[in-house]
Amino acid sequence: MTVVEERPAPSAAPPPRRGNPVWALLRNSWRQLTSMRTALVLLFLLAVAAIPGSVLPQRSVNRENVAGYFRDHPDLAPVLDRLGGFDVYASPWFAAIYLLLFTSLVGCVVPRLADHVRALRTVPPDAPKRLDRLPQHASGQLADDPAAAAASVAAMLRRRRFRTRVRERDGGVWTVAAEKGYAKESGNLLFHFALLTVLVGVGFGHWYGWHGNRLLVQGADRGFCSLVPQFDESSLGPRVTPGDLPRFCLQLTDFTASFQDNGTPRSFRAAVVVEQDGTTANRTFTVNDPLRLDGANVYLLGHGYAPVLRYTDRYGQQQTKVVPFLPTDGMLTSEGVATFPDVNIDPKTNRRDSTLQVGFEGVYLPTVNPDGSPTSGFPAERAPRLFLTAYRGDLGVEAGLPGSVYALDRSQILSGELKQVSGTRPQTMKPGDAWILDDGTKLEFLGTRPFATVSVRYNPTQSLVLVGAVAGLLGLMLSLAGRRRRLWFRMSPLAGSEGAPAGTVMDAGGLPRTDYPGFGEEFARVVSTVRGDGGEKNEETA
Amino acid sequence: MAELSNQLMALTVLAYLAAMVCHAAEYAFGDRSHIGRAAARPARQLVGAGAPATEGPLVLVEGPADAEAAEPAEVAAEPAVVAEPSRNRGDLAGRIAVGFTVLAALLHLGTLVTRGVAADRMPWGNMYEFTLSVTFVGAATWLGLLSRRPGIRHLGLFVALALVVLLGANGLIAYTPVGPLVPALNSYWFIFHVSTIILSTGILLLGAVPAAMFLIKTGYDNGERRFPYPLGARVPAAETLERLTFRLHAFAFPLFTFGALIAGPLWAEASWGRYWGWDPKEVWAFISWIVYACYLHARATPSVKRTTATWIALLGFLTMLMNLFGVNLFFEGLHSYANAG
Ligand code: HEM
Repeated sequence: MTVVEERPAPSAAPPPRRGNPVWALLRNSWRQLTSMRTALVLLFLLAVAAIPGSVLPQRSVNRENVAGYFRDHPDLAPVLDRLGGFDVYASPWFAAIYLLLFTSLVGCVVPRLADHVRALRTVPPDAPKRLDRLPQHASGQLADDPAAAAASVAAMLRRRRFRTRVRERDGGVWTVAAEKGYAKESGNLLFHFALLTVLVGVGFGHWYGWHGNRLLVQGADRGFCSLVPQFDESSLGPRVTPGDLPRFCLQLTDFTASFQDNGTPRSFRAAVVVEQDGTTANRTFTVNDPLRLDGANVYLLGHGYAPVLRYTDRYGQQQTKVVPFLPTDGMLTSEGVATFPDVNIDPKTNRRDSTLQVGFEGVYLPTVNPDGSPTSGFPAERAPRLFLTAYRGDLGVEAGLPGSVYALDRSQILSGELKQVSGTRPQTMKPGDAWILDDGTKLEFLGTRPFATVSVRYNPTQSLVLVGAVAGLLGLMLSLAGRRRRLWFRMSPLAGSEGAPAGTVMDAGGLPRTDYPGFGEEFARVVSTVRGDGGEKNEETA
Repeated sequence: MAELSNQLMALTVLAYLAAMVCHAAEYAFGDRSHIGRAAARPARQLVGAGAPATEGPLVLVEGPADAEAAEPAEVAAEPAVVAEPSRNRGDLAGRIAVGFTVLAALLHLGTLVTRGVAADRMPWGNMYEFTLSVTFVGAATWLGLLSRRPGIRHLGLFVALALVVLLGANGLIAYTPVGPLVPALNSYWFIFHVSTIILSTGILLLGAVPAAMFLIKTGYDNGERRFPYPLGARVPAAETLERLTFRLHAFAFPLFTFGALIAGPLWAEASWGRYWGWDPKEVWAFISWIVYACYLHARATPSVKRTTATWIALLGFLTMLMNLFGVNLFFEGLHSYANAG
């Protein structure tokens, strides 16, 4: 029923060599590893091993969730982490399973390929002695002599795209051997080799690919270039160095989002100026239509608002900051901070007073809810409000610890180094509003600029993987639809009166070599065609 | 329109329920119905109908009857058994059941169409609509199969049961009011990816019915009489069920491969920048694919029993359910249409 069964039993191959137990062990293990049963077990293991990756948060998917898991399960998380629980698909045990599986696959399909090539080149074997022992059998008489009968059967079978061989035997007997359905095994091999291609492609893509994410605020002053330090977060494959990244610069000139009445987004569109190889071009891209550049693609992941804030300090010095606020929900309720570490510097002494640094923390609502709830009512800016709390003191930015740019340093607030200096309720600001703080300094909310979060990615083997997957699918379909079968005819001379050829005794047999429920009918049609009793007509109506 | 869709949905479930009840009646009345007997008949059937009669049996199909071989025999047997009243009642109930199934499938289609019209898009935008479509594919495939092989009608009880349970669960836990698509879903790949996955998932879900019944029937044939084995009393022959199981899976598997592992990644590349990212939905599609590959492998491995292989197919069904309901309810991922409610 399977192709595997057709392979000669291994014991029948070279006579077992004596003496070397290590070699024997190796050979046996290899045989075990490349058996169908082992493949089955390994496939199963792969499926089971993939499950934890959907239950536990994964670093490759969402780092923040992993951090959250550490917070919620402080005892369990480190143990799971050591077991690779947060990097399941990069863990050694996951790799061990698929590498074993693919070793098994190579060991299985390479010999099968050799066998199949041989089978494609050899002619169908001659008829077995007893055709009546085969699953399909028929006999009858034909008027032609055996040679002519064999020739016409062979011609008919060739028309039906059987690979056919006519042989002359002793005593005026002719045999026809025919086989069809090689595409099944070809397709099956194509499928399994395509799996190997996909694995190789995925592996190389991992080694030679890279990506970086960047939050890009609208404006010529806010462009960025594809240099590793300019990404907010980046990850290069093991074989990529920062110098390998292609050189281009992006500047967000416009971002438009449109929304349905209930606030769900309808479309996003980012317009950018791209500088690459000394030329500048205006391009746009959307969620499902990335910006394809030479050597990298730029994908639109999200968007939000960056309030523009101007602070005027005690000495009248002004500083303006564009601070992206990160959305926390679908209506773009956004949170963020604006820090001004270099303000209130006495121009006479030029001394920086670390107790006079200023920071603002708060929430931006593009559309304030009339009911006063603290979340946005609509993602577009219909009634924008900024709610800010002011802090003065030491922001803690000199401590050298990499702090978040989206939150103030809590430890500075707890230690009292940074004090809240606004009232109990946050200050509400509309675009254009100014806020005079308790020390006479001033904060103005000038408006907002949109920002887009983009992912810049390069994967050199993406097309190889696609080709592999499509080839695999084709192979799979051939393999599942194909049906290999053999037919034999033996034409023996009918013992008639001396000398005169009296016709032929036909003996026919059929062997389906793969699961093929309709084989009996096909066999019956072929046989009745040979008899010339209207089989062809049957076939047309069938 | 959305309101109408909801009402049609309720009617759909009722109609499937009615089909189920009638199938159950067929089960109860239809003792020794021709279908049951045709299924049980040991088969050495004459197939070479075109051969001259004088030649005697020209071609024999050995082994238990498979669906194709059994059909002509059933048709031939029909006039002979019309006289049996109990068979008649069972048969009538069965026919009514099929009628209800057709009615239910039409209502089902109506539910989908009105939903699509209400939302002004393909009705595949969230988990509720997805399950609605998948179950419709299952029902339509079932009716298609039934029209070609009336001999498998007794399976209808279990098909209707599965549909009622799935649709009921869908309405209870996944109902979502009509809404527009998020922009990430606005893509050609949406159509390719989701439609092929819906088609293949529907067929794979349907495939679980003959798979389960094959296991029950095999147990019944081996003399098991505890629940649920008696359910195997009147279903088609084990061989027929096994083959049907394989056919459905072998047809749906490449489709699922295309939808989940080619069109899905192509779209993910355009939308998220990576063709594969181990998002929970992707993980479970991968798991289902591997499990179904296991099934096909096991079935092709001579040393693995057919019952074992079929258990693997059922395991595949469970992973599909997990992806359909479990992942959407338990995990958070990028597949925004996966959100329930
Ligand atoms: C990498 C994991 C593998 C996957 C995903 C896989 C998948 C499949 C699938 C889906 C089929 C069904 C198609 C068909 O029936 O023609 C199949 C068939 C087959 N596979 Fe694999 N396979 C894998 C590894 C292997 C290995 C390691 C072996 C060798 C031990 C193997 C040997 C076979 C054979 C001989 C068939 C043909 C069965 C038949 O005659 O129908 N496969 N495989």
